[in-house]
Amino acid sequence: MTVVEERPAPPAAPPPKLPRRLWALLRNSWRQLTSMRTALVLLFLLAVAAIPGSIFPQRAVNEQKVTQYYQAHPSLAPWLERLGGFEVYGSPWFASIYLLLFTSLVGCVLPRLRDHARALRQAPPDAPRRLDRLPESADLTVEIGPKDIARILRRRRFRTKIREQEDGSWTVSAEKGYLKETGNLLFHFSLLAVLIGVGFGHWYGWHGDRILVAGADQGFCDSLAQYDDSTLGPRVDAADLPDFCLKLTDFRAAYQATGQPKNFSATVAVTEGDGPAKTRTFTVNDPLRLHGANVHLIGHGYAISLRYTDRYGVSQTKVVPFLPIDGMFTSEGVAQFPDVNIDPKTNRRDSTLQMGFEGRYLPTVGTDGSATSTFPAENAPALFLTAYRGDLGLDVGTPGSVYALDQGQIATGDLKNVSGARPHELKVGESWTLDDGTKLEFLGTRPYATLAIRYDPTQTLVLAGAALGLLGLMLSLGGHRRRVWFRALPASPESDGGTLLTAGGLPRTDYPGFADEFAQLVKAAEEGTP
Amino acid sequence: MAELSNQLMAVAVLAYLAAMVCYAAEYAFGSKSRIGRAAVRPARQLVGSGAPVSDIADDEDIVEVAKPDRSGEIFGRIAVGLNIVALLLHLGALTTRGIAADRMPWGNMYEYILSATFVGSAVWVGVLIRRPAIRHIGLFVTLALVLLLGADGMIAYTPVGPLVPALHSYWFVIHVSTIILASGIFLIGAVPATMFLIRDGYDRGKRRFPYSLGRNTPDATVLERLTFRLHAFAFPLFTFGALIAGPIWAEASWGRYWGWDPKEVWAFISWIVYAGYLHARATPSVKRTVATWIALLGFATMLMNLFGVNLFFGGFHSYANPGGM
Ligand code: HEM
Repeated sequence: MTVVEERPAPPAAPPPKLPRRLWALLRNSWRQLTSMRTALVLLFLLAVAAIPGSIFPQRAVNEQKVTQYYQAHPSLAPWLERLGGFEVYGSPWFASIYLLLFTSLVGCVLPRLRDHARALRQAPPDAPRRLDRLPESADLTVEIGPKDIARILRRRRFRTKIREQEDGSWTVSAEKGYLKETGNLLFHFSLLAVLIGVGFGHWYGWHGDRILVAGADQGFCDSLAQYDDSTLGPRVDAADLPDFCLKLTDFRAAYQATGQPKNFSATVAVTEGDGPAKTRTFTVNDPLRLHGANVHLIGHGYAISLRYTDRYGVSQTKVVPFLPIDGMFTSEGVAQFPDVNIDPKTNRRDSTLQMGFEGRYLPTVGTDGSATSTFPAENAPALFLTAYRGDLGLDVGTPGSVYALDQGQIATGDLKNVSGARPHELKVGESWTLDDGTKLEFLGTRPYATLAIRYDPTQTLVLAGAALGLLGLMLSLGGHRRRVWFRALPASPESDGGTLLTAGGLPRTDYPGFADEFAQLVKAAEEGTP
Repeated sequence: MAELSNQLMAVAVLAYLAAMVCYAAEYAFGSKSRIGRAAVRPARQLVGSGAPVSDIADDEDIVEVAKPDRSGEIFGRIAVGLNIVALLLHLGALTTRGIAADRMPWGNMYEYILSATFVGSAVWVGVLIRRPAIRHIGLFVTLALVLLLGADGMIAYTPVGPLVPALHSYWFVIHVSTIILASGIFLIGAVPATMFLIRDGYDRGKRRFPYSLGRNTPDATVLERLTFRLHAFAFPLFTFGALIAGPIWAEASWGRYWGWDPKEVWAFISWIVYAGYLHARATPSVKRTVATWIALLGFATMLMNLFGVNLFFGGFHSYANPGGM
């Protein structure tokens, strides 16, 4: 391994002036930064710096868990926040480590690239004086000349160079294994390509999540407002989003008898731009690939359809997705009716008469009366709701969860439980008359699909970088650089008409098979058979 | 069939245990065996001085003929026989498990460890056949296998079940099989790495436990080179499995190729640490012992990913928690 770790020190300079000293300092720092030791330390730091991201919840992975962490550790969480503990991989300290590492990498591989390009153009160097001092050496008698020896070597894909002297002596120099260094450089440059790809993907990519309930009335078009949650890269504008609309027309899920899911598939009607509506089916692991966006199926659940009829006889229907809380699809959610019980005479909303229903949906009610579902499909569905009347707290302007009632309003008594401690059970088609004579009907359920919609323009670059990197890595780890020389001295005694040669071999990397290879080369030369 | 698999697994562990006992017996009795004798030869210079000239010891030449000690030799041979029997039983446990589940036996943590240890064991037997001189570290290989399989059966056992839909993908097969191969080889690589450190300490005059174990191991150079070869072989496999096939599958499945999920984080950490090992080994001024410590650290991060992350952190990877999509 001929890694030049410390490059030769600059020649001793005359008493330095300040700019010169600065320059020297810079040069030394640069040399330090690009040394293998620094690379090692930085690699190590990077590994250590990655650990907190697996211990603390990460906002980019799961926002909800971060909120939970805040509730569980109210005094620690703000500190972690300040240190970037919830966004480790976007934090300045993480970035500074990998940027330094990649600077070091550039500084390290550019000179190597130059040296290697030079080595590729140069002929293998002339033989050292004492071939018998090399790790492998042999004396042999051959019947053939330098050209034939070179041919033998070339057949084994050595590069060769014949040097003939006036006095009749000659050497054949041969070298093999340049691909090792080529591979090494390819690998390190590919790492750069991957980093650049990831960076650009972050800037120019975007993603959004959306729950899409089945039914023509529940369609979704790609615009920021219609996402439940979205993140645009710094260089992406809302207007850049591609133009498409989706309607979920069918959703299927199949389960084992144990309740373990077997497979899912979602069928949608898609329109892209002004194009016609097309029907497409996609599933987990097999996303719907559109122009400029990929739609991934990442979850599913049940949306509850409810009709509320208020004291003036006005009905409203809502379809609200309930979120599964376990593998059997025990689902929780809320239906809020802020605009009900409006007196037609005054046409004014009475904020003490808003209605909210909170509870659980069990696709299969167990026989033991427990409050959790026993199977994920709708074998014996039932809805358990508690009714609240009062101010839902929706007007304050703070966006609340659409899956839970505002607990603050309940605590202050502005929103009151009006149906008692036990949730009311409803089967599909049943209706429930409340204490004030208003009525809630459970119309049924519809499936919904949780979609992750994403676009990452540099994915192909990253993949290509990774593939080339792997190729380089294999060449580099599998290759062996080695040199072989054959020399005939001017006064080589002729024995039986042959020429007496000395041969020497130098493996430049750790290569246990070299002795065999060398012996074979010597044998081939002796026999004169290529 | 699932029952049979469990029984085979138990018998395989017993067979590894028996092999371990025999290796240990050879270790104890066999100090004058030919391997032990060969190992007493002075250690070659280890720390590359830049010129690899001093570093070209051929593996085979350590097996020098000295007067063999019969009892040690016999125990050693029995140990290898038992080791091979254990490997076959292990294969049986794996195959029956696959038949019971009607798929590749890599669907959960239990099966994953069962497979990775199998790969490790198979690679070990392969190395053993090519280089019998290495037999003395068999004690530690079987010890590692027994510990891992025991932990697998006790902590991670999962009844046979079908795959969750997220795992229905041919990338699943590619991703998991390469990682299992790589992990198995890293596992076997960790054994000569440990033995090298012990042997190196022994050669430098340390006699306390565990360095006392260094008395009977193969030559330090041989151990170190074997360590490197195994790691150099496993590293590209791991790169492909964890950092290429994994992300390709994640892209199809979750929409992002890399999302810093705890399992991804720890795969990244392992990869960086092993890259550090390869760097350290290629840097002349870094001692081989230091480099080898880094390789062991890499293995520790792999174990962390296997046990720690599955059991404590959860995350997207549905291995340890059934039911999710
Ligand atoms: C992003 C971080 C880096 C990673 C993941 C990485 C990875 C690797 C790996 C896996 C190898 C071993 C395979 C091979 O021999 O080609 C290697 C070799 C090498 N790396 Fe890096 N590297 C990184 C950064 C650097 C830096 C910053 C330097 C220079 C300061 C550097 C210099 C080298 C050299 C000289 C070798 C060749 C060693 C030999 O001769 O075998 N690398 N690198």
